[in-house]
Amino acid sequence: MTDFLQLCFAGLALGARYALVALGFVVIYKATGVINFAQGAFVALGAYLAFNFRQTWGLPFAVSLVLAVLVGASIGAGTERLLLHRMVGRPLFALIMMTVGILFVLNEVITWIWGQRTLNLGDPWGQDKVTVGDVVLPVKDLWTLGLAAVVLAGFFAFFRWSDLGLAMRATALDQEAAMARGVDVKRVFTLSWAVSAGVAALAGVTLAAGPAALSPGIWLIALAAFPAMILGGLDSPGGAVIGGLLIGVVQTLTAGYQPQHLPWLGESFHVIMPYVVMIAILMVRPYGLYGTKEVVRL
Amino acid sequence: MTRSSANRSLVRSHRDDVRLWRTVSPWGVGILVVLAVMAPFHTSDFQNTIAVYAGVAAIGGMGLNLLTGFTGQVSLGHAAFLAVGAYTGAYLGQELELPLLLWLPGAALAGALVGAVVGPFALRLRGNYLAIITIGLVFIAQHVFANWTSVSGGQNGRSVTAPVAVGPVDFASLEVLGRSFTRDQGFVFLVWGLVGLVALTMKNLTRSRTGLAMQAVRDRDRAAEAIGVRLARYKVLAFVLSSSLGAMAGALHGSYQRYIHPGEFSLTVSITYIAIIVIGGIGIVFGPILGALFVTLVPRLIEEISPSLPFVSTDTAGGGFMTVFSLNQAIFGLLIVLFLVLEPRGLAAMWLRLRLYFRAWPFSY
Repeated sequence: MTDFLQLCFAGLALGARYALVALGFVVIYKATGVINFAQGAFVALGAYLAFNFRQTWGLPFAVSLVLAVLVGASIGAGTERLLLHRMVGRPLFALIMMTVGILFVLNEVITWIWGQRTLNLGDPWGQDKVTVGDVVLPVKDLWTLGLAAVVLAGFFAFFRWSDLGLAMRATALDQEAAMARGVDVKRVFTLSWAVSAGVAALAGVTLAAGPAALSPGIWLIALAAFPAMILGGLDSPGGAVIGGLLIGVVQTLTAGYQPQHLPWLGESFHVIMPYVVMIAILMVRPYGLYGTKEVVRL
Repeated sequence: MTRSSANRSLVRSHRDDVRLWRTVSPWGVGILVVLAVMAPFHTSDFQNTIAVYAGVAAIGGMGLNLLTGFTGQVSLGHAAFLAVGAYTGAYLGQELELPLLLWLPGAALAGALVGAVVGPFALRLRGNYLAIITIGLVFIAQHVFANWTSVSGGQNGRSVTAPVAVGPVDFASLEVLGRSFTRDQGFVFLVWGLVGLVALTMKNLTRSRTGLAMQAVRDRDRAAEAIGVRLARYKVLAFVLSSSLGAMAGALHGSYQRYIHPGEFSLTVSITYIAIIVIGGIGIVFGPILGALFVTLVPRLIEEISPSLPFVSTDTAGGGFMTVFSLNQAIFGLLIVLFLVLEPRGLAAMWLRLRLYFRAWPFSY
């Protein structure tokens, strides 16, 4: 039982990181209809920026975190202004490929600047642990869950009550109608990229926390967040969170139990478990758990 | 009625529109074929190696083009089909010792079967959902081939010694009129012969009823359905054909390289194939051939010139410098972006425009 609780907690902490990345996907998708493959690069960028502020410049960790999120967000907005803006009205496929191209370029720029080595982010949590009953809870996971919860609450408050949030929701619903009501749609696009890259930066920092956990391969997390996003439904922020947590828990439980109980599934089956869950759920619900069903007109 | 060659481009009926040699004379193609056959004699083994890889990529690319370019189903799972083909070809050719004429079609058939299993996903899922689920395929295929050790040799891969002989003609040690050819030269003939065959098949397919139905599905699937195109049939068919071509490319890749391992069939390969059709020209039959040549040649070119670039280094550990591999990846990404912004229909469109310019001369604009 202790094992089970331990795994569940680890799964939730992992899932919170997936949820943050998936949330970034959903924000851009909702506003612009584009799946942003470059999200993984923004995750890595955020983590490396935080490293730069913390270790190279020696700023306090909290300041580094905030700065990384802000700078990451402005780079996201800049990318949208510079590249995606020119693609308005082009086929979605072209836009998606554009983000793939951006992913390749950004990833290499990151390794160009910071190299291939594994780095130490220098977070204050390190290896610290808290013991509750028999379950050992790493402090960084507690912080991750806390930060994710705060961001999510902020998200829902922002979309629910702020003017900009309303503008974003209106744009997602119907671009032309939103424009006709005076919403600056272009600004909404740029803003959605900024928000998404900012959340990605936060996810990156929580992923890179701990000793020697920062390496260029960190962007791969975004690939595992795809199932989380799709599972919840592409356009549902709440779905992204639930999808993320679900995938996190399922993956950790698989990693914990599959080698003993289902060894024939092969080594490190937990890596592909998210995709298996995704395919199974999509076969039953083609628009994910909470996605909007597409209405097609002739 | 005889037509002069000046009249070739005149379109007066549907028959004219779908004519195979509408703008190219068979003579021109003949000369091109002769040149292509001559080429491997004058190139080095290294250049022939590149030509073989480009040819393999062209075959796989034409498969993906049929699915994505002509039927409009975005798939990021092409690497999975390549893997299926590569391992099937290796198993049939090596363990079962079947000849080329059996293991290559066998690999294509295995790809077609997997395509037929995956195809129905496209009926249930649309657009983005389909693209992401096909990413899942790549990871699942990699996992299967990393663990199915009796066939795949596991994570470390396996050797491939599938024979490449058709009857008495062995492409690995070709001998014609007393002259012997290297293995690389032989493979250039084999692979590019197949490229020609596949391109002709594609051209014929896309101008047939089936091809037109697929393009109708691409342009607007619901409208196509409303005028009587059976969505299920054509979507699944596109998946089957596309994945069998992908599998064929994978099998050729394996037999040429004589070694395969699961890491070779990663998501990056799928993305490279998408880049091949984007850069080459999406929805144009010969586009992937141009794209494959381009995507295979550019990295070599960069390797050639990189020693003279000051910011490129061979040291992978420290920051501040870029490795040749990184530079390649970055330029690859940049090319995708630039082509999408500046020339969305790719190299093939450049060629078509150039041709139009000369055809309309002296009234070109």
